[in-house]
Amino acid sequence: MKRLIALIAFALAAPVFAQEEQSSAPYAYRQLDDAAQEARAQDLMETLRCLQCQGQSIADSDAPIAGSMRSLVRERIRAGETPEQIRGWLIERYGDYVSYKPQLTGLTWPLFAVPLAFVLIAFFLLRRRFTTKGNGQ
Amino acid sequence: MSEHTPKSAPLAGRWAIWLPLALFLGFVALVIVGLYRPADRNVASALVGKPMPQFDLPAALPGRPGLDSRVLANGKPHLVNIFASWCIPCRVEAPQLGALAKAGVPIEGISVRDTTENLQGFLQQNGDPFQRIGADDDGKVQLALGSSGVPETYVVDGKGRIVYQHIGEIRPEHLGLLLEKLKEAGQ
Repeated sequence: MKRLIALIAFALAAPVFAQEEQSSAPYAYRQLDDAAQEARAQDLMETLRCLQCQGQSIADSDAPIAGSMRSLVRERIRAGETPEQIRGWLIERYGDYVSYKPQLTGLTWPLFAVPLAFVLIAFFLLRRRFTTKGNGQ
Repeated sequence: MSEHTPKSAPLAGRWAIWLPLALFLGFVALVIVGLYRPADRNVASALVGKPMPQFDLPAALPGRPGLDSRVLANGKPHLVNIFASWCIPCRVEAPQLGALAKAGVPIEGISVRDTTENLQGFLQQNGDPFQRIGADDDGKVQLALGSSGVPETYVVDGKGRIVYQHIGEIRPEHLGLLLEKLKEAGQ
């Protein structure tokens, strides 16, 4: 009887096994031994987007593809690559979308320039107002 | 200041008072348009139009060669299908891949984060259109190709250049476009 129940349980469990993703990525859930390297990897992972669960960083996500990305980041950091090289490698493949860190590009420069322009315009307007007053009008 | 200005100035001022409201309404309209426009959540590979990255994946199944990217530059266009046994939409696209294989299209597979046993079961159930299947057990080649999920299908021309990326399952209505892209890639 016990064997029969076990058999039935296994038969029911098989589809669950079949759905499972099995990643061999070594550093998906393992930190690097060198604490300084791990810190650098962690900082980078917090600014990279998980491509499956798109509001999360790969440091926060449990999606298997995020695990693959964490392992890729850690292995490359360990091999001596800089975080910005790894970010660049990913942007080459997925576009700016993969990175949460704003990049200064031909498309994004107005975001940085416009506030500066407003400050300058405000400065000139105020200066004119103050100098006219100063002239005793 | 207002005592010395001509009569037209207050009129202009009266109109200008509506300017912030108009700007605000314009902004609201922009937000509403953005909210209701259907969002495209696909992340397309930035490698379309560029050469396939170099990789050499081990065989996923005994008796079936793995996938070396050099094979893709053998002068003939290929389909490279990224799939997995755990992926439900991959079952949906299996008949379409079967039809393409029957039509003589060389289809190379990359199985992502999978096991031999699960893969064998999947191919038994859903048919096996693949010439080669490379095992991407840690997902590195998937990342190298700029693929953000499974299934995805790349059309690669005879020189090993990616000419088209299909994201998601291939449904019957996509076959025409894929065949057209393959034909273009063959020219």
